[in-house]
Amino acid sequence: MALTDALQIVSLTDPGRVRGHNEDCVESRPESGIVVLADGMGGYNAGEVASGMATSSITAGLAQAWTREALKGLDRAAAMALSQSVVQEQAAKANAAIYAAAQKDPHCAGMGTTLVTCLFYDDFLTVGHVGDSRLYRMRDDVLEQLTRDHSLLQEQIDSGLISKEDARNSHNKNLVTRAVGIDPEVEAEVHSYDVQVDDIFLLCSDGLNDMIEDEEIQMTLIALRSNLELTSQQLVQAANDAGGRDNVSVMLVRVIKSFAVERGFWATVKSWFR
Amino acid sequence: MAKLILSVDGTVLKEITLSKERTTLGRKPHNDIPVDNLAVSGEHAAIITILNDSFIEDLNSTNGTLVNGKPIKKHFLQNNDVIEIGKHKLKYFNDAPVAASAGDFEKTMIIRKPVAPASAPAAAISAPVPPPTPPQSAPPAAIPASANLSDTQTNMKPLVMPSSPAPAPAPSPQAHDPNSPARDSAIQVLSGAAAGRTLDLTKNLTTIGKPGVQVAVITRRPTGFFITHVEGAVFPTINGVALGGQAKQLGDHDLIEIAGIKMEFFYKP
Repeated sequence: MALTDALQIVSLTDPGRVRGHNEDCVESRPESGIVVLADGMGGYNAGEVASGMATSSITAGLAQAWTREALKGLDRAAAMALSQSVVQEQAAKANAAIYAAAQKDPHCAGMGTTLVTCLFYDDFLTVGHVGDSRLYRMRDDVLEQLTRDHSLLQEQIDSGLISKEDARNSHNKNLVTRAVGIDPEVEAEVHSYDVQVDDIFLLCSDGLNDMIEDEEIQMTLIALRSNLELTSQQLVQAANDAGGRDNVSVMLVRVIKSFAVERGFWATVKSWFR
Repeated sequence: MAKLILSVDGTVLKEITLSKERTTLGRKPHNDIPVDNLAVSGEHAAIITILNDSFIEDLNSTNGTLVNGKPIKKHFLQNNDVIEIGKHKLKYFNDAPVAASAGDFEKTMIIRKPVAPASAPAAAISAPVPPPTPPQSAPPAAIPASANLSDTQTNMKPLVMPSSPAPAPAPSPQAHDPNSPARDSAIQVLSGAAAGRTLDLTKNLTTIGKPGVQVAVITRRPTGFFITHVEGAVFPTINGVALGGQAKQLGDHDLIEIAGIKMEFFYKP
């Protein structure tokens, strides 16, 4: 299960053309299949404190909890269930740490962050998200948004108050209904999806999807998929060309080959020699 | 805060600030905006305001409600919209910072409950928004597949065929307007099976070359057109000079050579 051979991961984060500093934070652990993106908020530089705490706490926490020992003897369904609980746990841990820091340091009062965490294992991925940072999947040339924003606007769309088209012109784009570190507890929304070879997953902050349409993201992924680095640069550049009003971060994960876990007698024998 | 200016035949009657979540309009006196005219229904319309956004809803009135000349049932109000009810007009003004003006206003903020029990998963607001539908029941929004999206990419029989990845999706408002380059441009294939073919560079991205062998992309940006190497061991040449790893801006009548095929970039007259 060499995840580093099965997944290609590229990350790019940019302050944009308007903001003085970057409150987004991205981190990945390719060998453990961990990819994390956070978009911080809060006064002074508290935004990047929150997003930085979230990404480092979650990557480190997942790497510690998601080990070969922990997974020993688990079948795929049990591993999936475990992945969901560790993602939820680590989001809760990050929340507690950020909340405590915000209570202690007046400069950091009220800081918080959005979060998208992906954990790849055994040809599935488990995603946990909080707020309006997103996970998309490109499969068979179709881009699909896998996460639903925790935002006022999304609630309005769901309730039929506003159409998706009108939502583009809303003044309430920037209001999230859930964030990490704001309240003593937070619940991440956690789901698992099967992964196929050639899937491309895109994690992004709202600086991307507020500036360019999904159609343009899809077009870019189709046109440039053979060069993932260039794809990430092009997406950031397109967001900046459209105004770059916010920090913009993209993480792309391409599934190069299957990373199904071998189970059974021979796998056990082989594992003795690892 | 958004406001409405009520007028009839060009005479301003009053100004209404939309400070309430729900502002009603009708002939009966109990309405927030009473309009004493027989063409107006007793309860004619309501304006719902949530933070910086307002919506108008016709309350099944007899004579209907027009916005900018069109009958509406429900409408998301934009700055300078004109609502017509009989002979009365209401102009909507919203000088909240619009998306174009960046600033602290636009920074992401969290909405919290007035009294937030810590265990509540999502902070609701006082507006009439139902709780979010449970995630399980809401499949991710599918983007309709464009059937021929990849045709030009995969069915490349001639050695070189200029290809555009998407069949002209509705141009996004932000993607052009002030940002798109003023001039139209195209590339003409000068050699090979497709010689003589011209391709207008109308998309933000146009890939050229042969997939798996040598591919470059031409991007349309506010400052002009740029070519970048995408894949292949050999880089394309521009006017005989090999392109590096970086994007290069294209000039009028630049000669591009890719996968053994020559083509010319030019600005359209």
